[in-house]
Amino acid sequence: MNLEVILRAGLSTGTILLLATIGEIITERAGVMNLGVEGMMLIGAMAAFKVSHVTQNAWLGLAAGILAGGVLSLAHGLVSIHFQADQTVSGLSLTFLGTGLALVLGEGLSSLTVPTIPDVDFPLLSSIPVVGRILFTDFNVLVYVGYFLVPISWYFINKTRPGMHLRAVGENPSAADSLGINVYGTRYLYTFIGGCMAGLAGASISIAISPGWYSSLTTSGQGWIAIALVIFARWNPVPAALGGYLFGMLRRFMLDLQGPTVILGLRNPFFYDLNLVFFLQMMPYLVTVIALLSGSGAAKRKHKGAPSALGIPYIRGERGL
Amino acid sequence: MKSPIKITAERRMEEIPKWLPLATSLGAIVISFTISGIILAFSGSNPIRVFRFFFNAAFGSWGAFSDILVKATPLIIIGVGCCLAFKMKIISIGAEGQFYMGAFFASLVVLVPLVPLDSPKILVLSLMALMGIIGGALYGLIPGLLKAYFNVNEIITTLMLNYVAVYWNNYWIFGKYSDAGFQMTPTFDKVAWLPRLADMAKEIPFFSGITLHLGVVFGLFAAVLIWAILKHSRWGYEIALTGDNPRAAKYAGINIKGNIILVMVVSGALAGLAGMSEVTGVVHRLQERISSNYGFSSVIVAWLAKLNPFAVIPVAVLFGALIVAGREIQPSGLSFLIQGTTLFLVISSDVLLRYKIRITRRKEEIV
Repeated sequence: MNLEVILRAGLSTGTILLLATIGEIITERAGVMNLGVEGMMLIGAMAAFKVSHVTQNAWLGLAAGILAGGVLSLAHGLVSIHFQADQTVSGLSLTFLGTGLALVLGEGLSSLTVPTIPDVDFPLLSSIPVVGRILFTDFNVLVYVGYFLVPISWYFINKTRPGMHLRAVGENPSAADSLGINVYGTRYLYTFIGGCMAGLAGASISIAISPGWYSSLTTSGQGWIAIALVIFARWNPVPAALGGYLFGMLRRFMLDLQGPTVILGLRNPFFYDLNLVFFLQMMPYLVTVIALLSGSGAAKRKHKGAPSALGIPYIRGERGL
Repeated sequence: MKSPIKITAERRMEEIPKWLPLATSLGAIVISFTISGIILAFSGSNPIRVFRFFFNAAFGSWGAFSDILVKATPLIIIGVGCCLAFKMKIISIGAEGQFYMGAFFASLVVLVPLVPLDSPKILVLSLMALMGIIGGALYGLIPGLLKAYFNVNEIITTLMLNYVAVYWNNYWIFGKYSDAGFQMTPTFDKVAWLPRLADMAKEIPFFSGITLHLGVVFGLFAAVLIWAILKHSRWGYEIALTGDNPRAAKYAGINIKGNIILVMVVSGALAGLAGMSEVTGVVHRLQERISSNYGFSSVIVAWLAKLNPFAVIPVAVLFGALIVAGREIQPSGLSFLIQGTTLFLVISSDVLLRYKIRITRRKEEIV
């Protein structure tokens, strides 16, 4: 068990959660709650894997994964923005739909190996002593993409004009409408972008960070953990990234815990009783529940967090449809 | 060039026609089969052949039809519980975990054992049913408390707890209660088997091989119970009012927190009972994958039935057919795909209940 190994593994696998979580934050800040992240990730993972296999080009696979997540999210957009359906149920059915589509179209892929997005050293930064070795050496390209997306998305949401429109539509759509902002168009756009990010997160599993297609086990509930992280991070990309990395580290720590025969001078129960490993496997899910609990408590105290119009369809007068 | 016709939507002012919800649900099913067929054709299969095989696998014989009812049983029991929760807009999708916990608690009666195994069958089975109900109820209580007192999103907590329940089950069936190292417990003593129609094959030969078990009666009973609660009790009225208009419910002095917890406990208890019915009526032991995603399919069943407990029964039979046929056909994700598309179409079609679509000619409009 080595702290540096755990940290690096956390940065690597945490990137998957980070991408999905930031995508969902962007969607939710525009007032649309899309609970279909798991389905969009799975369809993204499948599309990336399949296209990477067919074209023998991982970058085309990546593009396909992103697009697949985005296109699927539009189904949720249509149902929740135009049809004003219950967004919770719509997101839930998006998960079913994405899972079903991914399983049907991904039939027979699991035995294949496909070209993957490479692991690289980051130019220049990798030569910084210690920090360079830990943060910028021998990571998948998408891990570095994750690094950059955190400040970029924060800056975009909080400091730019389109970012202000995005927040306005999520906080007070009728005021935004009266200022000439296209509420429906904006919501579609950011639902699509959130879907693309979820697709990217899925692709980052299947063709980059832990390559392979294991049908529905490929994502194993990470889409749901991402939604919990959004609440935990109070709709802010920076804590979302930290949460994602921490989760990645937790996963690695659980794995490493099974190795040594002795921990802190005590006989390691996880080494001697293999069945106790099931309790370790529960941990990410239990920790998610606890994180949600603490997140909701903090949000209550500070009276901030969720966008005011989150999950509420906007109806302009009697326009309706 | 403007198109000669104009499509407008106006908010429905009058009562929704009685036939419309049924028509939209049926329409959703038909369209989702069509869409799935198109996707199948795209992925290189022959949709007509797949669907014919599907139909035969599901309705080809009495045996197959009894299999469908067996699969529909947990869907009915869980589905009516979902109706109760969803009516209050509590979107619990934790039935999968509650099902496993119910199965686990019920199995303890035989595995520990809690009663001597030479007790009368009725005693053993009643105790198992009670334990199943307790297991499911406790597992529904946790997210219920979190939702009521900390306003924690019940969708995510129930989902996370589903994973936890599966690992919890694995711990016991791989470890203490494992059958000689296999990932299952030993087969239960016959005293813990729910009666099946096949048991009567000696008297009525027609029943030989018919696997339908007593659990289906639990389902019918649960449907009547939940219907009675929703339609004819004060509690049912409170649930519906809280779901429709939480603010009005609050001003009316309804105990919303208490109702959240109670609704989660009751729907959990039903899912737990379904778990008990599955281990005692079908698998006769505790093992991995005792659920064919019943907890998730039930969510769709309840929605497709428009939260009407009696409508849950035919919809559950249809989904039972999907599960039975889904076991035999490739690609295996097809039944998931049809379920997802159906749910999507059902909630989309609700727009037809709220709006009237009017098609007018432009000329008329000018005049």
